[in-house]
Amino acid sequence: MKVLIDEDRCCGAGNCALAAPEVFDQREEDGIVLLLDPAPGESQRPLVDDAVSRCPAAAISVVE
Amino acid sequence: MTETMSAPAFPTQRQCPFHPPQEIGEVRDGEQPISRVSFPSGDTGWMVTRHADIRAVLTDPRFTVRNRRFVFSSQKQETPPPRRGMLLSMDAPEHPAYRKLLTREFTVRRMQHLRPRIQQIVDEHLDAMAAKGGVVDLVEALALPVPSLVICELLGVPYADREHFQTVTADLLRLDITFERRQAAVDEFDRYLGVLVKTKRLDPGEDLLSDLIARADAGDELLDDEVLVSFAFLLLVAGHETTANMIGLSTAVLLENPDQLALLREQPELADKAVEELLRYLTIIHLALQRTALEDVEIGGQLIKKGELVALSVSAANFDPALLDEADRLDITRQPVAHLSFGFGPHQCLGQQLARMELRVVFSTLFTRFPTLRLAVPISEVPFRTDMAIYGVHELPVRW
Repeated sequence: MKVLIDEDRCCGAGNCALAAPEVFDQREEDGIVLLLDPAPGESQRPLVDDAVSRCPAAAISVVE
Repeated sequence: MTETMSAPAFPTQRQCPFHPPQEIGEVRDGEQPISRVSFPSGDTGWMVTRHADIRAVLTDPRFTVRNRRFVFSSQKQETPPPRRGMLLSMDAPEHPAYRKLLTREFTVRRMQHLRPRIQQIVDEHLDAMAAKGGVVDLVEALALPVPSLVICELLGVPYADREHFQTVTADLLRLDITFERRQAAVDEFDRYLGVLVKTKRLDPGEDLLSDLIARADAGDELLDDEVLVSFAFLLLVAGHETTANMIGLSTAVLLENPDQLALLREQPELADKAVEELLRYLTIIHLALQRTALEDVEIGGQLIKKGELVALSVSAANFDPALLDEADRLDITRQPVAHLSFGFGPHQCLGQQLARMELRVVFSTLFTRFPTLRLAVPISEVPFRTDMAIYGVHELPVRW
């Protein structure tokens, strides 16, 4: 799976970093999403799906 | 088209203190999940109840937050004057620019760094509670002071001045407050914060307010004293009362659900999941979030016309069968769902990771420290905050 982020949409809520901390982090300077792993393993899928559903800004998408 | 029939009142009467009014669920699961309602203020508008519909409204830029008439008060309401830097009443593109000035202070990582200090604050208050013994009001002993002290330290507001913001906040959240008294409370608080900003400029500390003042003085074009006061106002008011009520109300509901309480006492590591479930189940933003349509918009098959008000019942959404099974059951072992207790969209609660951290510390500690904690009065005698904009308990007498 490939994870895509849209920094312009991100509002820094941090729910992705909470849901999938191995895949997402936040920038120190403004809390905007940082993608740690653009192609996470299958074991991360439920966590990434959770991050997608909890992102208030629809800033994360997953492509196969 | 003119209205020929008055709309039914937005339901606010609870049958059970821990559940949203039944009628809201009936509307959500019925033929017209978006329906015309009237509000205590005399306004009419739409009540939106389904999780998907509310998320659609909250992420649609065709709805504005700028019209902030408070419709859940029966007192005559006017639209408060706009103020710069008040995130709650700003739309894009100004809103994200201002919000971004604060997001770095509330990242998941920052909150993890705060955890040891939050734990220390919670432990100190539990020690004081233990030393006192007898019947203790948990709101006064723990629920209110912990988040108040945390937000004071984070912002750099003297905790000794807490009377200022606790009293003002209590006033602001009363549903029956007159518009004039509300504005007077706001003005008084603004004066206090204006003085605080000037004092901090001369004597900065290691805190958020000093940091923002330094950025303002270094020429950040968005930051000036009016904005700094708005930020401090928002963070103080939103930062203590909400979490305080989650602590009080969560303790009450756990004491009434001994099986769930036993699980949490025996497995404090369940606290993370428990907090998420308590946020969903209790939905202290118990009335509605408000938005106004800037143009004609169709939501969930219903046309909302330009200028019409929508009231988003997040509590109805948090019990939506489309979101989760057996929503009426409190289950602290549940996989967390995308509940709307912090809102959704660009205005989703800025302080949510701080709130989570405080609640996780409290609920991984309270019942291991006081395993025999129980209510000191029957639940029917506990005063619930049906008269306030944020739900909770006014007092929670406990013993152990």
